[in-house]
Amino acid sequence: MIPELGHFSLIVALLLALTQAILPLIGAQRGNLTLMAVARPAAQGQFVFVTIAFACLAYSFLTNDFSVENVASNSFSQLPEIYRLTATWGSHEGSLLLWVVILGFWTTAVSVFSRHLPDDMVARVLGVMGLISVGFIAFLLTTSNPFDRLLPAAMDGRDMNPLLQDWGMIIHPPMLYMGYVGFAVAFAFAIAALLSGRLDAAWARWSRPWTTVAWAFLTFGIMLGSWWAYRELGWGGWWFWDPTENASFMPWLAGTALIHSLAVTEKRGAFKAWTVLLALVAFSLSLLGTFLVRSGVLSSVHAFATDPARGAFILGFLVIVIGGSLALYAWRAPKMLSGGSFTWFSREALLLGNNVVLLAALGSVLLGTLYPLLIDALGMGKISVGPPYFNAVFVPLMAPALFLMGIGPLARWKGDSLPGMVVRLKWALVISVATGILLPLTLNGFNPWATFGFAISVWILLTVLIGFRERLKHGGRMGTLPRAFWGMQLAHLGMAVGVAGITLVANYQEERDVRMNVGDHTELAGYTFTFLGTTEHKGPNYRAARGTVEVSKNGKKLFVMHPEKRIYNASGMPMTEAAIDPDFFRDVYVALGEPLDEEARSWAVRVFHKPFINWLWFGAVMMVVGGFLAASDRRYRIAVKAAARSGAVAQGV
Amino acid sequence: MKRWLPLVVFLVLVGFFAKGLFLNPREVPSPFIGKAAPAFTLPLVGNANASFSPADMKGKVWVLNVWAPWCVSCRQEHGVLMMLSSSQSVPIVGLNWKDKQREAEQLLAQHGSPYAAVPDDLTGKVGIDYGVTGTPETYLIDQAGIVRMKHVGPISPDVWKEKFEPKLKELGA
Repeated sequence: MIPELGHFSLIVALLLALTQAILPLIGAQRGNLTLMAVARPAAQGQFVFVTIAFACLAYSFLTNDFSVENVASNSFSQLPEIYRLTATWGSHEGSLLLWVVILGFWTTAVSVFSRHLPDDMVARVLGVMGLISVGFIAFLLTTSNPFDRLLPAAMDGRDMNPLLQDWGMIIHPPMLYMGYVGFAVAFAFAIAALLSGRLDAAWARWSRPWTTVAWAFLTFGIMLGSWWAYRELGWGGWWFWDPTENASFMPWLAGTALIHSLAVTEKRGAFKAWTVLLALVAFSLSLLGTFLVRSGVLSSVHAFATDPARGAFILGFLVIVIGGSLALYAWRAPKMLSGGSFTWFSREALLLGNNVVLLAALGSVLLGTLYPLLIDALGMGKISVGPPYFNAVFVPLMAPALFLMGIGPLARWKGDSLPGMVVRLKWALVISVATGILLPLTLNGFNPWATFGFAISVWILLTVLIGFRERLKHGGRMGTLPRAFWGMQLAHLGMAVGVAGITLVANYQEERDVRMNVGDHTELAGYTFTFLGTTEHKGPNYRAARGTVEVSKNGKKLFVMHPEKRIYNASGMPMTEAAIDPDFFRDVYVALGEPLDEEARSWAVRVFHKPFINWLWFGAVMMVVGGFLAASDRRYRIAVKAAARSGAVAQGV
Repeated sequence: MKRWLPLVVFLVLVGFFAKGLFLNPREVPSPFIGKAAPAFTLPLVGNANASFSPADMKGKVWVLNVWAPWCVSCRQEHGVLMMLSSSQSVPIVGLNWKDKQREAEQLLAQHGSPYAAVPDDLTGKVGIDYGVTGTPETYLIDQAGIVRMKHVGPISPDVWKEKFEPKLKELGA
């Protein structure tokens, strides 16, 4: 009964989404206020019904209703309750439903916080978001119904993928989707601006805080995914350039370019066409990621059950949404006249440079991700593109962006003096280059990658400090600096912290793969690891061999670690559960490999010493907090009110 | 014309994606094609005293289907294999791969067996010799014991018709 209620709610939601899409768009075109007024209630109603559907699915999971195929395939009676809840979005169908719910959430948020926007703008934005909802709900109902029954019901479920049974996975998908889907708001604003032909800077101001918030969520989601991979996959890596990781990283790069380009469009009225295009591209890449992950065109460790019918549906949808919006862009582009002149050395020019570099980096990731598919489609064989390509191409491409990150915020709009900038930054440059060269010498000898990483990190840190000093010198006080400024500085500082972490862990981590019998020792980075054997351990839905490893330094016992090798009851899937001792300056990481004899007394053991790995996550969290701070700046609220007044006047005339 | 560029790039990509939908990224060319099928001798499921070896099939064109009771897509192809075993004459041998829970015998008794023989590869070693990357995988082996074709993923009636039948005709089976 409950699953049918969910199915029914989803159908109602589809009808409401159709209403939300069609009537307001017609109304906006004809200037019919009655039709435009449909947008808000339809959008909110649509959100209510997709939420009911989602709640019904969650209920089926929590109550172990194995007569629902999706529950039977992705849950298990012994699964702990929290994972039964998260299993709701652990499958293809469930995660798509989550996608739709989050789109509904964003749509409703726009409908609530848009009281001060012109009616036709609101109608168009909500209408475009409604069109996207229509596509996804129809996709769910036609090819991926999460409420399909399994008759006769299964006795028990096949269990959630053990890899996903981790608390990092509880919030990773919702956060990631908040980011992905959040770009739909910027997309809808851009389409609305193109449709109305009013391509002034106002739409940039309206969509800026939305874009920044979406970007912050996406950053957090990617960070959680990386942190999960680090803890759960047992290889100690934190980024694999897997197609699915790339699918989330490409919208992030486009989104990063977009928030910078929006700043220029809002403040100076320049780059209008470029900003519109970026807004379209950022969301298009979110959709493209959805297609790549779910259609099976790329093989990936994440691949959901693949089905050509699903792939064909999403591809058709992509053609309509992305193709349609790019065609609209090409048609309207001549109307977008760029205002605000600037010289070659100005904040505008530096931000443009940053955009070009980010897009080049994005292009390199896109090419690497799609290359195997392109070669295969051309019948030129099977290849795979791995981390060596990405590291060799992406890192040097990002370098100029990180360098410009130091200068951009210090340059004046319209035009600045290059010699003046050299004087302002000469000490920062000297100190960062010196640190880059000298620091590796004290650690492990000359290392160009480390030199580069340290120099960039110190460079960003110093320029952020100079930014504060110059602001304070010109009469500002710490307390009166706007939140947007704090947010930018914090996010940039987060980048410095992250780059420092990456540099240290990539160049100075130590690892060792050893065969250990009970009582054996191994040494790594000054620590002594003593293997004390394994014991049987019974978890809620798995059995595990739990190892005990004692870690000491200079003969002094420090702590005991318990890595596990688990076998999950339902799937029989083995899983490595690494033990990590975290610290501000390093992680000690131990993973159990395979037992090497019949009595399981001798094991392959992998130990890592990872200096400063946690700085990666700290840096990402600083970027997230920075994003939220910037989006909460009070001038957006004031600006919105001012826009409302001018909008009202314009309509009165 | 610059403004049309994004659309053109996108449409070219769509062309590749459309093609890609009909390619199988998991299908890796097997180095065994055209080489002798690796030899093995394994006990049979349900009759541990009897055994199976590829040498037993000398002189026949036959199909080696690697499956497992725990494999979901194998259940999907089970019905197709049942149909094939009754409608055509090429024998299908079902390598029972890594069946640690010992479920194969009961499962085949319950749902019927399309197999001429079911060798029991409990340790998965024979699977490794054949380069199995995941179940189900199916090999077509000729009269001289040479591997002629490999299919990754479940067999559907279309796959059989388009991939296996032309090859079988070629081999005169």
